[in-house]
Amino acid sequence: MPQYLLSVYGPAEREPYGDYGSKEAMLEAFAATGAFNDKLVADGHFVFANGLAEATTATVVDGQGDEPVLTDGPYVEAKEYIGGFWVIEAPDLDVALKLAAEGSKACGGKVEVRPFQTEDDVKKMLGE
Amino acid sequence: MDDAITRAHRQEWARVVATLTRRFGDLGLAEDAAAEAFATAVERWPSDGVPANPGAWLTTTGSRKAIDRIRRESRRDDKHEEARLLFDEPPRDVGAVDDDRLRLIFTCCHPALSPEARVALTLRMVGGLTMPEIARAFLVPEPTMGQRITRAKAKIKAAHIPYRVPEAEDLPGRVDGVLAVLFLVFNEGYLATGPDTDPVRHDLTVEAIRLTRLVRELAPSGEVTGLLALMLLTQARAAARVSVTGELVTLDEQDRGAWDRDLIDEGHALVRQCLADVAAGGPPPGRYQLLAAINAVHTDARDARDTDWSQITTLYDRLVRLDPSPVVALNRAIAVAQVDGPDVALALVDRLPLDGYHAFHATRADLLRRLGRSADARDAYDRAIALAGNTAETAYLTRRRDQLALQGDRSAGS
Repeated sequence: MPQYLLSVYGPAEREPYGDYGSKEAMLEAFAATGAFNDKLVADGHFVFANGLAEATTATVVDGQGDEPVLTDGPYVEAKEYIGGFWVIEAPDLDVALKLAAEGSKACGGKVEVRPFQTEDDVKKMLGE
Repeated sequence: MDDAITRAHRQEWARVVATLTRRFGDLGLAEDAAAEAFATAVERWPSDGVPANPGAWLTTTGSRKAIDRIRRESRRDDKHEEARLLFDEPPRDVGAVDDDRLRLIFTCCHPALSPEARVALTLRMVGGLTMPEIARAFLVPEPTMGQRITRAKAKIKAAHIPYRVPEAEDLPGRVDGVLAVLFLVFNEGYLATGPDTDPVRHDLTVEAIRLTRLVRELAPSGEVTGLLALMLLTQARAAARVSVTGELVTLDEQDRGAWDRDLIDEGHALVRQCLADVAAGGPPPGRYQLLAAINAVHTDARDARDTDWSQITTLYDRLVRLDPSPVVALNRAIAVAQVDGPDVALALVDRLPLDGYHAFHATRADLLRRLGRSADARDAYDRAIALAGNTAETAYLTRRRDQLALQGDRSAGS
């Protein structure tokens, strides 16, 4: 079954309560996201989900040379970065988009839906 | 013979693409195979004769072309799959085929695709227009249009955009999306943009009407009937809308004898049907039905002076409630000018945030002219001319502005 990455974006540096404005709002979003995750599991869509630490805590590693080169900070300079994501399974995009809408409402952010490559895509690239 | 092939292309293209897409699960493959099938028809039909059932012939030929392509591209261990495709040809059931065309339309108009891609894909896959034709229609270079279509097809495949009629709960929203695409195609045809473009692109308006008829046949609703009526009543006036010198002729100055009575009769019948359905307890009219009703009031008047403007204003009031956008408010103001006078209308127009829209300035220019404010009117005409993209409209606005200049000079000299 096709898999999709649902990612949620947020600012590079977070406010005291994440991006939520208040402790209550944050707890509410956590509870709603938890309930949404439970539903994903119960309906067989859940593959993985988690929230990420701030983008400023990232390190870029280039291991292509003799010695790995390390750079502080995220790979791309941007105003907003991935703050968390789900990996889900869904039969088609319509189902994935519906789930993304529910996830967006639960976590209080916009969600980007992106399909994973399938085995067929890779075969096609290899010309098989 | 050319006629037979052209007719088959008109009638069968969408069916062939739709059937092949269902069978092979790949829109791009279906498109290529359908194109090959029609190319084969061009080669064979002149000597072999037109087959008794051109649609079935084209679908079968397209299937063989698709299988050839899969065979060329697939690995050796797909022999079983290949055999299944070759011998397991489903019977041609007309009902299922029509469902396929509807599936195809919904896939091409999927909300996850950009609006430009939806229009382009619908014209290619459902309308059967060629890529150069679509590029020309939208005045973009062929490689740009090619990339737009290729990218959309790749997204449909990679993101698994489904090939099916949406669930009942999603259907109204998705049908709205399809109608929006068809209305966009029609409008681009009716008010074609571009310095060297014909003022009316009949290829696009006719295609939009044909596809709207198809959607109405497959998924009837008040709004699709309203959209069809709106298109027919608008198209009916196309011949009177541009003068022999290539200038736009406004509704009040059009030769109403040059309007297409057959299209008007059909449009009026559809509007009456919408009214009857609403009166019988159907859902309230949406924007297309209201716009169709407004157009029916215009086409009802044998002379511009007989136009029932208060009826038009009432219909616009209802439309504003559904769609409070500034463009609708602008059109309402034009009707208000006829009922309450240009000063009242100008006060409404001046509030609208439409500075980048040529029709806003053209409307202001006309109202200012009627109020005798020539200098202001001239400025507004200048803005409208700078923003207008339609050749006939530019010619019309320029003449009105120049007439104003003449009158202005005369009054200055007197």
